[in-house]
Amino acid sequence: MSTTVLRKDSSAPTPPAPAGPPEGPRARGGAVALLGQIALYALLAVVALAVLLPFIWMLISSVKDDRDVFTVPIQWIPEEFKWENFATIWTRVPFAAYLGNSFFLSIVITFLQVLTGSFAAYGFAKMRFPGRDLLFTGYIATIAVPWQAYMVPQYVIMQKFGLVNSYTSLILLQAFGAFGVFLMRQFYLTIPDEISEAARLDGLTEYGIWARIVLPLSKPALASLALLTFVNTWNDYMGPFIYLTDNRLWTVQLGLRAFIGQYDAESAMIMTGSVLSLAPVLAVFLLGQRYFVRGIATTGVKG
Amino acid sequence: MSVDAPTATQHAPGGASAAHQAAAKRRRRRNLLVGWSFILPNFLGFAALTLVPVIGALAISFTHWDSYSTPKWAGLDNFQRLWDDSNFWAALRNTLYYAAGHIPLTLVVALGLAVLLNQKLRGVHVLRTAFFFPYITSLVAVAVVWNMLLSPESGPVNQFLTFLGVDHPPGWTSSQDWAMPALIVTSVWRDMGYYMVLFLAGLQTVPAELYEAARMDGAGAWQRFWHVTLPGLRPTTFFVTVMITVSSFKVFDLVQVMTEGGPGRSTLVLSQLIFREGITQGRFGYASAVSLVLFLICLVITVIQFRMQRRSER
Repeated sequence: MSTTVLRKDSSAPTPPAPAGPPEGPRARGGAVALLGQIALYALLAVVALAVLLPFIWMLISSVKDDRDVFTVPIQWIPEEFKWENFATIWTRVPFAAYLGNSFFLSIVITFLQVLTGSFAAYGFAKMRFPGRDLLFTGYIATIAVPWQAYMVPQYVIMQKFGLVNSYTSLILLQAFGAFGVFLMRQFYLTIPDEISEAARLDGLTEYGIWARIVLPLSKPALASLALLTFVNTWNDYMGPFIYLTDNRLWTVQLGLRAFIGQYDAESAMIMTGSVLSLAPVLAVFLLGQRYFVRGIATTGVKG
Repeated sequence: MSVDAPTATQHAPGGASAAHQAAAKRRRRRNLLVGWSFILPNFLGFAALTLVPVIGALAISFTHWDSYSTPKWAGLDNFQRLWDDSNFWAALRNTLYYAAGHIPLTLVVALGLAVLLNQKLRGVHVLRTAFFFPYITSLVAVAVVWNMLLSPESGPVNQFLTFLGVDHPPGWTSSQDWAMPALIVTSVWRDMGYYMVLFLAGLQTVPAELYEAARMDGAGAWQRFWHVTLPGLRPTTFFVTVMITVSSFKVFDLVQVMTEGGPGRSTLVLSQLIFREGITQGRFGYASAVSLVLFLICLVITVIQFRMQRRSER
């Protein structure tokens, strides 16, 4: 399992060109290698810039005047910076309420997903009992089933229990997902069984082993799962879109979408809202970047 | 791994064997209880809201049921209707079109990026982060920004195309012919970083000695990629391909926010049809029939890919 995919080699210096004699094939090879490196850098820099261009454009547009967003040619540096966009948007839409709702949902769902997921994963990874593997296959299989295929029955169940248009429905739908179980199990499998065996001999119960040995050992995996779940919930559009009809319950994503429909012409303001909706995710991402990548890389490791 | 490992004791001689067997039996029963107790909290939620609905979708597809009536057995009526529904065929065609663009492009771009960024380069982690960032951006924000970038009149993309000498740049999301390509480009941009990370993780499992040996044999960069990297990456490539494929058949959010299936029904996809029929129109039976088709497509693809994987391993 790779833990530092994004960061690996970051400190490793570029290998120096071979310090051979100034002439001869070796030096020429070094020069070619150096040119190759420069070309590679140039290529990567251009591609990276192209990939980030939508964000750059969004940031710039968010502090423009509406009529300056679509000028021909594009103004990469606005004539005047309208920082007040970031102040006025709060009065145009209940953005603060949307942000609060998103935070509430993301935090509750993340907490439950990590708690029940890591608990169940212990049963799947460290206990042996009849029916375990069959059950786990069931979990895995549903990951491959598209959500849209069972979205209607889910909705019917929620309707029967009167949970449509409430946070309870979204929390229930997302807190017990198979993904958390899968991810945590992948990590637990890397913890040697000798450790829990020794704890068992010392008289610890299985619950004790989970709480006092396995959980502390799996902090990085817990962080990965927590970050992935938080960002996924924060960014989720479809779930809230189906279940939350009441404006007061809306999340940032729904608010942003509605704002676009309502104020179609206010391009700059829409970009301001987009920047605000991304800011928490960006902060979480930069804080826990290596956990993110670890979590994603873990899902690709067979177990 | 095993908690009840010492089965060998069952063959112990004499009276000890019976006692051992009883102890082993007790331990197994205890394990069953304790094991289930770990899984139960998650399983209850999972069973009620995933397992039961998955089975439910299958059952509902054979009924006439709207949100007001009680379900009535319909046999294959819903599937008959589906067969005659031009919206269904359009959605199926569009989904296949999207998949045919999204899968190979994402695969090639993600693999290419991973190989380039697997080198020892200064600042390579900054670049990796840059390529990964679109993935954690919300689809709503992605859709908003790309819709503006692609706006037909004076959007930056068409300005660039005009600069390159294209006389009549496409109308993108406002054009029946170009809306799907626009969706594909946007989705590749968004997803490539995620699969790049999976490929990077896979690349780190390819032994460095193999590259060294290939270099000794005089293999160039391209030959090393072809004869060392690709074979070494085979398990990762398989996993990534299955994931991209299934995800491309599930595409919804991006389409819903960027084009809402339009213009006309040029970007209507299967998951959107399910959503429209089931949630918006309340035709649960018909929507579930479409669900079943989508489910079967995903199942068949996964099974085929697993088969191919097994054959190539032999």
